Formats: sequence, C-alpha cells, structure tokens
Amino acid sequence: MSGKPPDLTVDIGPLKLKNPVLTASGTFGYGQEFNDLVDPAMLGGIVVKGLSLRPRPGNPPPRIVETPCGMLNAIGLANVGLEAFLKEKVPWLQKLHTLVVVNIYGNSIDEYGAVAAGLRGVDVVDAVEVNISCPNVKDGGMAFGTDPDITARVTEEVLKNCDKPVFVKLSPNVTDIVSIARAAESAGAHAVSLINTLTGMSIDIERRVPTLGNISGGLSGPAIRPVALYMVYQVVRSVGIPVIGGGGIMDYRDALEFLIAGARAIQVGTANFVKPRVSLEIIDGLRKYCRDRGIAEIEEIIGTLNT
Amino acid sequence: MIELDIEVTFNKRVASDIFLMGLRSAQIVSDSMPGQFVMIRVSDATDPLLRRPFSICGVPGGDLFLILYRVVGRGTAIMSGAREGDRLSVLGPLGRGFDLSKTIGRSLLVGGGIGVAPLMFLAQTIEGRDVTFMTGYSSASEEVPMEQVCAKGTEILIATDDGSIGHKGPVTDLLESYLEGGAHGDLKVFACGPLPMLRRVAAMTLGHDVSCQVSMETAMACGLGVCQGCALKSSPGQEKTYFFVCQDGPVFQAQSLDWKEL
Repeated sequence: MSGKPPDLTVDIGPLKLKNPVLTASGTFGYGQEFNDLVDPAMLGGIVVKGLSLRPRPGNPPPRIVETPCGMLNAIGLANVGLEAFLKEKVPWLQKLHTLVVVNIYGNSIDEYGAVAAGLRGVDVVDAVEVNISCPNVKDGGMAFGTDPDITARVTEEVLKNCDKPVFVKLSPNVTDIVSIARAAESAGAHAVSLINTLTGMSIDIERRVPTLGNISGGLSGPAIRPVALYMVYQVVRSVGIPVIGGGGIMDYRDALEFLIAGARAIQVGTANFVKPRVSLEIIDGLRKYCRDRGIAEIEEIIGTLNT
Repeated sequence: MIELDIEVTFNKRVASDIFLMGLRSAQIVSDSMPGQFVMIRVSDATDPLLRRPFSICGVPGGDLFLILYRVVGRGTAIMSGAREGDRLSVLGPLGRGFDLSKTIGRSLLVGGGIGVAPLMFLAQTIEGRDVTFMTGYSSASEEVPMEQVCAKGTEILIATDDGSIGHKGPVTDLLESYLEGGAHGDLKVFACGPLPMLRRVAAMTLGHDVSCQVSMETAMACGLGVCQGCALKSSPGQEKTYFFVCQDGPVFQAQSLDWKEL
C-alpha cells in the first residue's frame, strides 16, 4: 500500500484534534490510571473527571451495578475539587501532549462560573465541558440541563468566566433534547456533547431494596447506543455548532455511526472499563476503514448520512 | 500491570461450584503479590459487559498463575465453561496486596468459602514461618483441596456450618478460641470471606488488640481506580471518606474501615 495515511484530524470550533476520539469524563480518570496501557498523546483528547469547586466524597455505596449490555452508576461526582486539581493534577496533565478538556460541575450557577474562573490561565486546559446532566447528585446537576432557560444561563455564566472554548454536555433525560441544544448554542456554547447517562434503577429481589445506595443511577454502555445515536442525529440537524457524540461506543464501527450521523468527534466512556485500550483500537479502526475505501480525510465521512 | 489475551492452561472443578483455573503470563507472575487481583473478561460479548475481579490464588512455578473462583452468576458460569486453549483477556495484577513488612511472628489466616483464594497465595509466600490457616465452609462439599496450591508445612484447620467436616460452626469460632488462649503479642491475622464473617473477625481482633488485614470484595467496573464504583466507607480519621477496593485495597487494615457502614 502506498500513499499518505488517512488524515484523521478534525476541528471542534477553534480546537484542532489529532483524531476524533476523546475519552469521556469519569471513565479515564486523568489519564494517569491508564498510563501503562494507553499513551494519551495518541488520542484526540481526554475529558477529565467532573470537577467541582470543593472536593466531593461521592455517594454511599453500592455505587455500580451491571445491567444487560450496560451498567448503572451513582458515583455522585466524587472528585478532588478545584484547588487539589490545580496543585496535583495539572502538573501531570502538562506532560500528556494531548487535548485536555475539563468537565466542570457546580451546585449553583455562580459555582459553575467560579470553577470556570479557577481554570483561567491554566494553559494545559484546552476546553471546558459543562456538566448540566449528571443524574446522580440531588442539588443541581441534571436540574440545570432539563430546562432550556437554565441551560442558557449556566452556559452564559461559564462563558463570562472562561478563557477557553466551552462545550455543554447534554442530558438525555429530557422531553426534547433539541430545545436544550439550541439554548446552549444561543447562549454562545462552542459545541455540545451528548449524551450523558440515562436515569434508571435496579432492585435486589432478595432484600427488596434498591441495588444502588443512591436508589437511581445513570445507565451507560452499549444498551444506550441507539438512543444516543438518534439524539445526536436530531441535534446535528438542529444546531450549527459542532456536536460531540457518544453513548455506548464499543468499537470503531459504533464510532463511525456517530460520525456519519454528523458528530465531529466521539467520546468513549464505559468501554474504557471493559477494554482499556479501546480508544486506540477505535483510532486504528477508523484509519483502516478510511484506507480500505480510499478515503483521504475523516472529514469526508462526517455528516454524510443518506436519508 | 498489563492487559493481555492469554490461553487457559486448565480449568477444573475442585469442589462444589468451585473451579481452579490456570493461566500463563511471565509478567503477571513476576509482578504479583499475595492479595492482588486480576480483572478477567469472560467473553467477547457485551452481555455480561464488565470484567470480573479475581484474587490471584497462587503462582506454583514457571509462568503459571492460578485463579480460584466460585460460580455465583452469569459471568462465572461462562468462565466455568472455558476450556484448555481458550483465550481470555486478563488485566493485572491490580490493587494493593497484603502488607508483609512485619510478619515475623505467628500468622493466622482466616478464610471463609471462596475467601480462601488470596490467603492460599499468602500461605505459599510465607511458607516456613509460623502459619495456621483456618478455613470455613458451609459443608464438606465446598472444601477447597489446599494441597494443590498451599505449602505442605501449613497447618490447616477446618470448620463447617453443618459439621460435615472439622469443627461444627463458623470459622470465627476457631479464631475466637485461639484469641481467648492469650499471649499474642506479635500475632498477625489475615482474613478474607463474606462480609458478616469479616465484620466478626475485625471486631474480635480489634477487641484483642491484634493486627488484622482484611481482603475486601465489592462490585467493580474498571479495577483501575477510575470508575470509583468500588467505594467502601473509611473509619473516622482516615485521609479519605471512601476507599476504593481496587486501588486502596483490596487489602485493608481492619481498623481503617467503618464496619458499621459496610
């Protein structure tokens, strides 16, 4: 085989990605944990664990349960908090040579702004992903992402305090995801990413108690992929800003479905737990798919769905 | 820690619902410490989706390592069907094993049911020292044939709930009568088993001011400290509210956990 290898680079607003494969928040840590297995420099980027102003211990266990082709989690956004992130995680992230997106979360609109402000001037952070879609925290989280007006207000507050591109991560637990996506776009978001987990529950039939300590949790894994794909398809047709798609992607074929539907990049989440090197396998698979079909650039695939 | 597809060398039933699997990896063998575990993907399918955590139960020689497991659900049922030559994806070794820095004195190993697995590796490692291995099963049919893995010199005591072999009653009876015997200044207890048993062991050893390490089990998705699903409440005064079994454990000092909240 001769000729140049296929060009996998994509743009998300002002950002240039080596390839369209990102690891989803909460499924790849800070890249440290996968250090023996995946060189983050190979990835399009990593989205680090949801960051709040102050440290959060997370929800009481049990926090996870396996479900058919998926899992429920109710971690509760456990994280080190802004101060420890800047002191302990940023020096590590500076060594990675990959695009770093920080997922942020607040208990109030002001707190979202405060976390964004705290990341000002931190050069290693390339973009901020606003989590308005976590189903596992009582005070806020998903509540911000189920109302278009509040979505717009959170987005504006983050933009006002942020010196980086802003992605808004959308919840699927809504009647009309398109109206939320449009609200984020109108407020000035540079991109939207979707979907976060679907709310669900599981019951222990022997003890007749909820399996999860939090009662409900967020469903992820291949079980949710068709739902995610359709939402991405709908949002792509309704907004002008880039869409980052994800939900149950397990291999390069799944990734291609999202790219063909119009996602400009994809996020790999739960699959990282099962196949720690899956993100690299997807990149290889995309390259091979393009090469075998004489496709010079991955851009030639994005949004090419025939309907 | 590595992830690799490896061939099953053998996979055989050794007691009722209990299987012993042999796998080969020079790197896993050389990196493994007693108490550490591996995450095994039981099939390529997405249902069941997640890997399963298993304690390493021994490294009998060469590049062979052993996994002792009980069939408790769909994942382990699929695993029990694996044959010689089948390939499984194994990630490991993972977690923090037993702290052996001060095991000069007498060691008591207390295992309940399949909880004997990590202790068998420990017994092998501290062979030749003063070791007693107390094992508890519901019935004789569950008894794990220790001689396949354990050091020959290890004293093994057995308790069964139905009295079909050994002492009739829980394995903690054996521990209790030992501790009641007094004079255990440099005694170390290492325990693994069902939560009620471990709770009892923790209470007894703390009551007698005896050092105790416990190997804990929880549901787990990644095994790498990323998903944060395997949280256990720590006792007051610890540096974190929750420990992660995969990263901070699976072995913990008994006093570092909040047993009322587990």
